[in-house]
Amino acid sequence: MPEAGLVVSAAAFYLFSTLVLVSGVMVVTARNPVHSVLFLVLAFFNAAGLFLLLGAEFLAMILVVVYVGAVAVLFLFVVMMLNINFVTMREGFLQYLPMGGLVGLILLVELVFVTGGWTFAPEVTMAGSPSTIVAPLGVMTNTRALGDVLYTQYFYLFQAAGLVLLVAMIGAITLTHRSRPDVRRQKISEQVSRPRKDSIEIRKVPTGRGV
Amino acid sequence: MAELWQEYLLPLIIIVAKILVIVVPLLICVAYLTYVERKVIGAIQLRKGPNVVGPFGLLQPFADGLKLLMKETVVPSSADQVVFVFAPILTFTLGLAAWAVIPFGQGLVLADINVGILYLFAISSLGVYGIIMAGWSSNSRYAFLGALRSAAQMISYEVSIGFIIITVLLCVGSLNLTDIIMAQKSVWFAIPLFPMFVVFFVSALAETNRTPFDLPEAEAELVAGYNVEYSAMTFALFFLGEYANMILMSAMAVVLFFGGWLPPFDVAPFTLIPGPVWFLIKIMIILFIFLWVRATFPRYRYDQLMHLGWKVFLPLSLVWVVLTAGVLIFTGWLPLAGGTL
Amino acid sequence: MTLLKRGVRSVLFSELLSGLMLTLVYFFRPKVTLNYPFEKGPLSPRFRGEHALRRYRNGEERCIACKLCEAICPAQAITVEADPNVAGNCRATRYDLDMTKCIYCGFCQEACPVDAIVEGPNFEFTTETRAELMYNKEKLLANGDRWEAEIAANIERDAPYR
Repeated sequence: MPEAGLVVSAAAFYLFSTLVLVSGVMVVTARNPVHSVLFLVLAFFNAAGLFLLLGAEFLAMILVVVYVGAVAVLFLFVVMMLNINFVTMREGFLQYLPMGGLVGLILLVELVFVTGGWTFAPEVTMAGSPSTIVAPLGVMTNTRALGDVLYTQYFYLFQAAGLVLLVAMIGAITLTHRSRPDVRRQKISEQVSRPRKDSIEIRKVPTGRGV
Repeated sequence: MAELWQEYLLPLIIIVAKILVIVVPLLICVAYLTYVERKVIGAIQLRKGPNVVGPFGLLQPFADGLKLLMKETVVPSSADQVVFVFAPILTFTLGLAAWAVIPFGQGLVLADINVGILYLFAISSLGVYGIIMAGWSSNSRYAFLGALRSAAQMISYEVSIGFIIITVLLCVGSLNLTDIIMAQKSVWFAIPLFPMFVVFFVSALAETNRTPFDLPEAEAELVAGYNVEYSAMTFALFFLGEYANMILMSAMAVVLFFGGWLPPFDVAPFTLIPGPVWFLIKIMIILFIFLWVRATFPRYRYDQLMHLGWKVFLPLSLVWVVLTAGVLIFTGWLPLAGGTL
Repeated sequence: MTLLKRGVRSVLFSELLSGLMLTLVYFFRPKVTLNYPFEKGPLSPRFRGEHALRRYRNGEERCIACKLCEAICPAQAITVEADPNVAGNCRATRYDLDMTKCIYCGFCQEACPVDAIVEGPNFEFTTETRAELMYNKEKLLANGDRWEAEIAANIERDAPYR
């Protein structure tokens, strides 16, 4: 009889991976786009479970926080608000099939090439195991291990990724931001700083004569 | 057979028992939080609050629960039934699941994982789904608008909560909740990081959709927000989930800023009281502030809420992260837990 | 100076804190709640509650079936009938009051020339069925007998102001 921990983790692995696959298929096949997004969330969530089984708890949590907690919520927003009519969307299915199929095929071939010619970076394979640049997990937590690599070896790449995101953010803001002169904006600081004597005046009004 | 018992069933039973030990008192706390809320708000409004069912009205939460249990669950005919029923279950489950990593005392924690605080953050970011799903599946304008508001609000304030957590983590050097508490042995983080605590507390109010940020359920405009169409047990689950979340946020505030189970002073009369009691007392104080704030402040307008979240809290917490990091580097106080570079 | 003062005030949340202090003070104030079914608030002698038909001290009904109350009732809740076959009759054969229609305006008691119909101090007359709220003459007279002491006292207390 195998060790209990192994059996449990194997069972968890099969559970998570089955759910990832099933929900992945459901994302594509679900008729309702909102259901698709919800299945996508489920897929993300189970992928996070797989990361946990690998011992990559930091990645798992970040996956949940970033993808499930932010990205998928935005998807959901868009899909809910757009209210896509799927009957009309499916009409052109056959029309686009050849083109779409071609693109899919090219992607598949590329993927085969990529996985076929997969090599590790030289510094990783140097000592025969990937653990040379990353300290073994027993010694330090994997958050720390990730940080060590990210902020030393790949510091410039990390910064570059940050810059790319910043550019994307600024781009999105400039595309959507319009300054509309006809809109009256609330200026909270002005409102708060207005002293009492500027806003109210107490007058004694004689009866029957008005102000 | 004995092996099966030893290796599978016994650990399972132990874990289930531990979960029950956490969940059952938690649910009772949630029930009594609703009671205390009514009492506190009543007292501030010069009323007495519930005082009829049982002595001092102490059985009121159970009467309410029983009432909700006996009622009929109405599912709107145009609702997306599966999602409609799943949404409250999700909210409730998440409200309970987060408690797995909360340490109640030295070693008194269900799962002492390395990334505890991230786990809490992840769970609270998942909370949006219950609300969005409820709002969307109800197929009602009120519910949908409430859900959109709520989701946008929770996401906005999560960003600044994230930065606050990072600030605390910088001072601790670990994501483990027990480590975070032990790092506050000499001084609670609420003292050096007081502005961050204020931001965290206000963000927690927004995150749990409490007054003055309870726009998702603004009665005046949205009837009840995302849970308009819910009745009976489905409604009760939302309710329990929300209040469990409130307690959770208070627990998070205590862990991050008030030294968890640590006594305020490490001297004799204070150290005699066991850790979990201190933890509870601190949570209760934070919860009282939650209720107190609810009884004091009027509701924010939605654009003001967004303004506060994005234009005040986000820059403030970001600046504080940089400032804290700078100070820690400059003074050489940067903690390096678990080894050196 | 004002800028500095304002800055300090907004950084310290002085407005928010003063609001919180106010509510905290109220938290400890004595409560004003009446424990209703066991404690009751004072009622004005003019309180307009459940209706009653009064009698004279010798037991004779006051109502003379003049139908002024029926005429003035804005909700048309009152129906009075007298037997036209009896000469010189001044007894109502029927006096129905639909309590579900009544708006408790008190016009009937103002219109009554003999102080027969009055609105008494009783406001706890909920029923389990709607039919029970259709009062007839017997019910109203019974009310009058039951509440006479209170009604008389109220009328006496209110008399100086009329």
